[in-house]
Amino acid sequence: MSSILANLKQITSKIRSKNAGPFWITIDIFFDKADSYKKVKKTLSLDFVSKYLNLPQKYIKRFELDSLKVIKISIQRAVTQGNIFDRDLHGAQLANLFSELEIN
Amino acid sequence: MSTKILVPSGVLGLGFDQKALNLGLKRCPDIICIDGGSTDSGPFYLGTGTTKYSSEICKLEWKTLMKAREQIGVPLVIGTCGTCGTNNMVDWMFDMTHSIAKEINQKVRVARIYSEKSAEQLKEALSSGKVFPLEPAPDIDQRKIDTFTHIVSLAGAEPFQDALNKGADIILAGRSTDTAIISALPLMRGENPGACWHGAKIAECGAFCSSNPSSGVILLEVDKNGFTVEAMAKEAFCTPRSVSAHMLYENADPFSLHEPGGTLEVKEASYKSLDERRVRVIGSKWMPSSNYKVKLEGARKVGYQTTMLAIIRQNRYVKEAKKWSKKLYGLGVEKIVSVMNIPKEEFTIDIRLIGYDATLGHLEKSKKGTPNELGVLIIITAQSQEIATEISRLLNPYLLHLPLTDQEDLPTFAFPYAPAHTERGSVFEFTLNHIQILDDPISGFEQKLDEFNFG
Repeated sequence: MSSILANLKQITSKIRSKNAGPFWITIDIFFDKADSYKKVKKTLSLDFVSKYLNLPQKYIKRFELDSLKVIKISIQRAVTQGNIFDRDLHGAQLANLFSELEIN
Repeated sequence: MSTKILVPSGVLGLGFDQKALNLGLKRCPDIICIDGGSTDSGPFYLGTGTTKYSSEICKLEWKTLMKAREQIGVPLVIGTCGTCGTNNMVDWMFDMTHSIAKEINQKVRVARIYSEKSAEQLKEALSSGKVFPLEPAPDIDQRKIDTFTHIVSLAGAEPFQDALNKGADIILAGRSTDTAIISALPLMRGENPGACWHGAKIAECGAFCSSNPSSGVILLEVDKNGFTVEAMAKEAFCTPRSVSAHMLYENADPFSLHEPGGTLEVKEASYKSLDERRVRVIGSKWMPSSNYKVKLEGARKVGYQTTMLAIIRQNRYVKEAKKWSKKLYGLGVEKIVSVMNIPKEEFTIDIRLIGYDATLGHLEKSKKGTPNELGVLIIITAQSQEIATEISRLLNPYLLHLPLTDQEDLPTFAFPYAPAHTERGSVFEFTLNHIQILDDPISGFEQKLDEFNFG
């Protein structure tokens, strides 16, 4: 049985990321279709996200909001917002890592 | 019985739709509330005690709101004045209010609420065991606190309530939680506390919780059982989805929100459409805490920066840019230490490759191949502007001409302007992610009351 690789952007209605204060970034993944939401809930486990972002699990919070069909992932920023090594002041470009993630 | 709060926009300086504001005023709100800032734009503003938005724009918007306030005879409240909420920014809004009141012949009672703390006050609180780190928190100690340029605590609802009780027409507050600005009046009037805080959280960004975020204006109505939210612009609609999704915005946790005095829990909240424009929410819970905790923010200067930018169009160098930039870095650091005699701990050189991974750094996973051209941004941080710029002079020939091997012609990359360096001045960092336990919610926030009589 062949499986078609789609990236997350194609099966979600919106993916966004933003600072939640200077020390955290929060990523919201919105789904329109219940079956995509259900499938991705399984794939985007805490373990998967930890490996994908190269971040230990203790620095990640993961939420499933079934009524909204949203997966929320909040991570402690590796670099505090505005620190001299911060590459993205508002934390909004991190979402692209999830938009472009291929899921089968 | 209910309390109506009109929120013109998410922040003063961002703009709002005048028609929507007028529609909101017709609904007879009990108060007009707006936020003045946040940490969202980085540590520079708190570090320097300056505002992000244009003074002229802020003055224009504030004048409109002062006129609206007078028209319907209700209080006008702003929190976190001047982006960072430092004392001088409260006074900046005070001067602006004064000059506008004079210009438009207003008689107003103006309250100022100050949120800044001195290093001495914070050191004292720390040694009394009143300060606790959140996760993750920078390390702080007595010596480090002395280096902070500004320290603020986030005011809760009580200082606002106190000013309202003193008959303030206009309240100008320093750093406060966005929600406290809005929840103060409905809480005072005995509305459902969960609804007060949850409604405030939804309304604090203005029309972001609606289908038309840039229209700005939102009307929040809070009563004993819940709250209703409605966007004022004709083409803006609030739906259960847009409103419930807004709890996710800029929050690490979508269910619990810590505020001064307690925690808002929204897991049991239910969202219902009253009609195509309005949403009613019930079931939000306020859990008061046994001690009164406020969040602290602080910033310190970390140095001075000079930057350089070169653009590489040569395909081979674009392909080998990572190897090339490592070589540049190594040679540069070695020369700075040996020739300029600056220890490694006193400077940093950060090279970002725009076209590869300038935004995501080591997290970048794209395999798109080489771009047409690459921007090489070098950010130098040092202990003085002169040293940072002197380092840029040392790196200049490398950035312009460094060859991949010794057996080839020197390349010449593109500098987009002359001189090649740009001085950025001081740079700052956030130094606190801590809470402080207060003995009472008001005494830590000094207040001043003034009357302007130009009417």
